[in-house]
Amino acid sequence: MTEKNDFEPTIVGFTCNWCSYRAADLAGIARIKYPPNVRLVRLMCSGRLDPTFVMKAFAEGADAVMITGCHPGECHYLEQNYKALRRYLLLRRTLVAMGIEAERLHLAWASAAEGIQLAREITEMVERVRTLGPLNWHLNGSQPEVVSEAAIELEEVAA
Amino acid sequence: MTTKSNSHPQERIGVYVCHCGTNISAMVDVEDVAQWAADKLEHKGVVIARDYKFMCSSLGQELVEKDIHELKLTRVVVAACSPHLHEKTFRTACERAGLNPYLCELVSIREQVSWVHTDKVAATAKSKAVLSGGIERVLWHEPLDPMTVPIHPATLVVGGGIAGIQAALEIADAGHPVYLVERDASIGGHMAQFDKTFPTLDCAACILTPRMVEAGMHPNITLMTWAEVENVDGYVGNFDVTVRQKARKVITDLCTGCGICEEKCPKKVIDDVYEAGLGYRKAVYTPFPQAVPNFPVMDVENCIYFDTGKCKACEKFCPTEAIDFTQEDEIVEFPVGNIILATGYDLFDARRVSNYGYGHLENVFTSMEFERMNNASGPTDGEIVLRDGKTVPDSVGIIHCVGSRDMNYNNYCSTICCMQGLKFAHLVQERTGATVYNFYIDMRTAYKGYDEFYQKVLEEGTRFIRGKVAEVTDVARLPNEEGKLIIQAEDTLIGKQRRIPVDMVILSSGLEPRHDAKEVAKTFGISCSADGWYIEKHPKLDPVATMTEGVYIAGCVQGPKDIPSSVAQGAAAAARVIGKIQQKEMALEPVRASVLEDQCSGCRICNDLCPFNAILFHEDTMLSEINPALCQGCGTCVAACPAGAITGTGFSNEQVLAQIEGLLMDMSV
Repeated sequence: MTEKNDFEPTIVGFTCNWCSYRAADLAGIARIKYPPNVRLVRLMCSGRLDPTFVMKAFAEGADAVMITGCHPGECHYLEQNYKALRRYLLLRRTLVAMGIEAERLHLAWASAAEGIQLAREITEMVERVRTLGPLNWHLNGSQPEVVSEAAIELEEVAA
Repeated sequence: MTTKSNSHPQERIGVYVCHCGTNISAMVDVEDVAQWAADKLEHKGVVIARDYKFMCSSLGQELVEKDIHELKLTRVVVAACSPHLHEKTFRTACERAGLNPYLCELVSIREQVSWVHTDKVAATAKSKAVLSGGIERVLWHEPLDPMTVPIHPATLVVGGGIAGIQAALEIADAGHPVYLVERDASIGGHMAQFDKTFPTLDCAACILTPRMVEAGMHPNITLMTWAEVENVDGYVGNFDVTVRQKARKVITDLCTGCGICEEKCPKKVIDDVYEAGLGYRKAVYTPFPQAVPNFPVMDVENCIYFDTGKCKACEKFCPTEAIDFTQEDEIVEFPVGNIILATGYDLFDARRVSNYGYGHLENVFTSMEFERMNNASGPTDGEIVLRDGKTVPDSVGIIHCVGSRDMNYNNYCSTICCMQGLKFAHLVQERTGATVYNFYIDMRTAYKGYDEFYQKVLEEGTRFIRGKVAEVTDVARLPNEEGKLIIQAEDTLIGKQRRIPVDMVILSSGLEPRHDAKEVAKTFGISCSADGWYIEKHPKLDPVATMTEGVYIAGCVQGPKDIPSSVAQGAAAAARVIGKIQQKEMALEPVRASVLEDQCSGCRICNDLCPFNAILFHEDTMLSEINPALCQGCGTCVAACPAGAITGTGFSNEQVLAQIEGLLMDMSV
């Protein structure tokens, strides 16, 4: 893994039309800088996130996926971000079972006013994935080190 | 599922890459992006790819229209700014050229690329990726017809301050019904508490009360005071509002507003709302003499009868038997088409800046206390006196920016406090002849007649000290400081620390969002900024609309502002609503979910997911059906259907999956 240092990850980010997509707009308007590694997809709501979308992104070569939505309790559609949260938690289990590190899927809440926070989330995500290295899971048959089930359960309880 | 080869060989795509002056082109090689799309995505159906200085200009739009005609384009992709800004512009351009507007896709390479990245090569590569995503996606777009919904002619205005009153009157004068809901017992808001207004110094009550009366008497306005909005359902044009009419314990149909109950009530209560804690009211009271409506309310927590079961003096003396101790809260429901939120602000609590002494140094006053003290009908009958109620101060210090422009409290400028501080300086000098010191960080008097007022106050001899006050203390160091309040501040114009002994200190407090602004925002489905002010649809071009169709904002709820700006926003929001009402119906984004009957297994998983109860289950056919009028298009059911039997227009599985493929076109192995 010597090329890890100059490895530039590609990350797909799913955004909600009402909050995180607007936060991305706001980051732009405020000229806040973040690395160009994230490519955003606009959905109407994080609740629209079909787990297939995440699988598709990994299958197409994304090194990581970000799911973003309104803060709990602030969903434009009342409560659909909670459904996104549940799907995220289940998806992480599925990914681990498939040999993908759980950290490659990240959930971040960002309101329409939180351009700075979204930019920071993206920057941190890029750094994390840079450390993890390329996914390449469909190429190498070896199992990467995965987080233990217990650790995931712990986070699920917290969420 | 999509495939790598072109699944739509018949489509002809036009691609337009915008320079946005240099906003995009300085960081993205736009010519290269267009050329790349023309060369590399020809097999996807791209027949023309252009770059242009300003795509949103009329010439840019005409370019698209001309190509649609001449090159028989069936899809259009514009790589420019955020779709929240110009999606409508390009959809309309397509429509003018005879192409269904929903066959156009806007990809953002400004807000999400050129403005946030610093490496031109990487930014150009990312632009290509997002453009490719847009092209893959647009192939799966379907021609859609906007849904039209009727607009109910009634409007809900929440908040009866000057902004809400203005909005209600404008709409009512245009001939449409308005429900004006106010939490307090009277409309009037903060303005009703003021004595004089800057810079004209006209009497606040004299200009406000006629408007209050007009709103109270207007045949098209249903005034609901002592009431709060509990719930809002529905969507633009068709909201269902639930209001809690709190129990006044006074039957308004019988009450004549004579005031005998208030007179006879034996219980005195400190009035910390209207009189800012300086004066008293009774347990049954109208908040101020000019209140609209002029019906009293009963303060159940302080009423002797509710405490001990005895008294009922008000009931005994009421000549019309209007007192009703058994009255309960009432829930009122009504439909409206549009909503204007004008819920105003809370004054910054000066106690939080403990080094300024408010709350423990008795002659430190808040701006609202001073307003009341100044008012001829206020607790001191308009006399400017110290807390003892009789001593006229010889020297007064006015501190600006209390709670504003301060990293410990609020970073923003509350905009009104400089003028407020100047107004106070003028009034103190005029009425007491005291020496006045104004401590300011920067003097912000940018509005019609404001700087002239500042010049006038300067000429009157008020001393101005530029610097932030460190503390207000009563600990004297020098003989002339004995018995005084000492204001310690750095005078940044002479570069020295100064200690100014004064008799009275007035804190020009800033404005803050209402303490419950967040919950109210949730009720109405709109968002708050990080500071807590409500977010407008566009900070410059759409300052009174919100991202939620049919919900508008006016006055300080959008951010700190003075009376003229609040009135202007109230009128502006009303104009927007009147426009909507007169259209009678409006087009909605046709982003809706629908069930493919032949694929629905009747499992009912989707039924409980919908927060709008838009999904019905037919027991006879064992199929679920989505009511398009109730569906808001979030897409949660689409994502959840295990049979893939629900599709969401505008955001179908095919569209999103294709976009992901396109976005990652450079990652394929």
